[in-house]
Amino acid sequence: MKNNLPSRRKFLKLGIAAGATALIGGGSVLSAISKVNKPASGDKVKMLSIDGKLMEVDRGHALCCGVPTSQEVRKGIPGRHFVMVIDLSKCRNARKCVSACSKMHFLEPGQEWIKVFLMQDSEDTTPYWFPKPCFHCDAPACVNVCPVGATFKREDGVVLIDNERCIGCKFCMAACPYSSRVFNWKKPELKPESNYSPESSVPQKIGTVGKCDFCPDLFASGTLPDCVTACPNGVYYFGDKNEDVVTNGVESLRFSELVKNKAAYRYMEELGTRPSVYYLPPVDRSFPYERGFEELPEEMKKAYKVKRAHLKKFKI
Amino acid sequence: MNQQEIAQQKLVEIFAHFGKPSKFSKGLFVFLILIILFAFYAFILQITRGQIVTGMRDYVIWGIYEVNFIFFIGISYAGAMISGILHLLHVEWRKPIIRIAEMITVISVLIGPIYVLLSMGRMDRFLHILEYGRIQSPIVWDVIAIITYLACSILFLYLALIRDYALLRDNQELKIPSFRKKIYRKLAVNYHETPLQKKLLNRGLSVMSAIIIPLAVIVHSVLAWIFGMTIRPGWHSTIFAPYFVIAAVFSGTAVLIIAMWVFRKYYHLEEYITEKHFKYIGLILLVLAGLYGYFTFSEYLTVWYGSETWELEVIYKLFDFSDYGAWFYLAAFVGVLVPMLFTGIPFLRNINTITIGSVVAVICMWIKRYLIIVPTLETPLLPNQDYRPEYVHYHATWVEWSLTAGGVALFLLFFMLFIRFMPIIPVADISEVPEKKDFISEKL
Repeated sequence: MKNNLPSRRKFLKLGIAAGATALIGGGSVLSAISKVNKPASGDKVKMLSIDGKLMEVDRGHALCCGVPTSQEVRKGIPGRHFVMVIDLSKCRNARKCVSACSKMHFLEPGQEWIKVFLMQDSEDTTPYWFPKPCFHCDAPACVNVCPVGATFKREDGVVLIDNERCIGCKFCMAACPYSSRVFNWKKPELKPESNYSPESSVPQKIGTVGKCDFCPDLFASGTLPDCVTACPNGVYYFGDKNEDVVTNGVESLRFSELVKNKAAYRYMEELGTRPSVYYLPPVDRSFPYERGFEELPEEMKKAYKVKRAHLKKFKI
Repeated sequence: MNQQEIAQQKLVEIFAHFGKPSKFSKGLFVFLILIILFAFYAFILQITRGQIVTGMRDYVIWGIYEVNFIFFIGISYAGAMISGILHLLHVEWRKPIIRIAEMITVISVLIGPIYVLLSMGRMDRFLHILEYGRIQSPIVWDVIAIITYLACSILFLYLALIRDYALLRDNQELKIPSFRKKIYRKLAVNYHETPLQKKLLNRGLSVMSAIIIPLAVIVHSVLAWIFGMTIRPGWHSTIFAPYFVIAAVFSGTAVLIIAMWVFRKYYHLEEYITEKHFKYIGLILLVLAGLYGYFTFSEYLTVWYGSETWELEVIYKLFDFSDYGAWFYLAAFVGVLVPMLFTGIPFLRNINTITIGSVVAVICMWIKRYLIIVPTLETPLLPNQDYRPEYVHYHATWVEWSLTAGGVALFLLFFMLFIRFMPIIPVADISEVPEKKDFISEKL
């Protein structure tokens, strides 16, 4: 593992160097990556260049890093601040993000790290679909309350869990106001053959907490999280706030402009958690919300209805 | 022999039967062991299969384990507050009952933390708290506070016991096996009631009783803050710490009254634990019930009047009969008014009614802790739209119930064990000072 360390560092340095050249004249992450000598695999992955262009890179060139040490995992990638922008006007509850995420992280059947809620702010407004990953807050309540530092906030804004340290007290689940965390109540049925790292969160471990991790094992190599690429409607934009660029795999946009022009907001700003996930309001919608029920199993449809009836009962 | 010595000898004789358990206590012992064994089976099941065997799920992450934890730590207040305060104020009539109170404290502080371990997903990693502990986390505050509290309450109990052990060691008329004599000799740590020893022991007891009161307040405050520090409706309240403290003293006092009743019957201690004791402690219970009711009223009135949506959702679950209404009204009204009636109205007040009032209070306080934990967890900020019913509503499973019964059985078992080696009435103390007439005793 140690042997791989220099190459990871090298990659990061190259990335920053590439960033500098990009400012001067049109360089890209691609050019930096191609300097890392690795055999080509023929398999292409989508990557984001420094100036916000999306390009295809050979996976062999992209995956340059070994398994990072636990110190590296806790530190994160210096100089970055990863953010997500979710465009509510495009979501129709296709749930491809949910299934891609569950598949990638070998989650138990029924376990979801991304939940899609049906929201209705008041009786007079129309309902809309609200996909919710972990918000990777800048003032994370979950990190504050963890008694053993098993969940931690990195320099690059990502909040991760070390499932080998987690004692399963679930205090973080109580503290998170967004119900972002799930628990492994039993032995995982799926047993992928991979070494555990808090960056990959695989395999799941019994008696510990899990949640959306922003896929840091992917973006170390410049690949987008699976929920972003799986979404058929380009709802998710992922990127770096410091570089001021986000992409949904189809288009790349300036983060600051997108947020400004489309009146982005963060959910429940008044809670003071300072999320890294921004929402674009559900205006000029691509789909009527009823479309979201089309492919749902009957039991899920019922669950979505129950909640609205429940609120009506209390007249709130 | 003068009168005092006769009284003392009588007491010594009562507690000399340590070695010969009655038929009843043998039967009870077997019964308790069976319950504990069954709980142990449930425990093994939970260890091997994971917490999937409990009713806890992603939204309701803590269930009746946490309820039991607060409950047991709560009843530990009997010894800490009642005995500590009465000791500090040199209240004479406290003497026959403080030993029972201190035993309750030690035993319940031993049992309470078991439920913390049970509600942990990985109790095998408990030592991570020492290895990686972060002082920023209220759970670490709790661990520190409870360990200190346990150590201090054991010390408090033991210091008060030293004179009794010395007495049992020196009593020639007592026919007890030699191994017991040996134990008493060891436990009496060469105490011979010299003026200096006496002075030091009394000072030690005063210091401990002064320490244990703030310590008890801290323990339950920290416990309340585990909930109060989160931004959740029903938990995120500034009065949560004092509310928990009052609730704890209330339930602790009620348990003390029940224990007094039981030991009085079992050992025929009518001469020592009198109706007066019940009435005095009953008055304390009356005041505490009033305080507790006041806190409850204040808490729910402000939240309901403020009408924040998220808060209201929890409030309506508590007020609505189709949800937790019946339980809420039981805990908030019956649990307060019944003890108040039985302790406050003179013609309703006697040993049995006060004890019944206490039983009601204890049961209602358990329910109240359930109502603090479960409805709040069932009300997340974002709607719970899970299609799996067990993820929406919490129902404790038989595993959790049997482990709860196991805890209660363990509580009683510990008591049976303790009274084998400790006189439940401080023999040395009681014979020392003749009882003074208290001015309120005339009126009651």
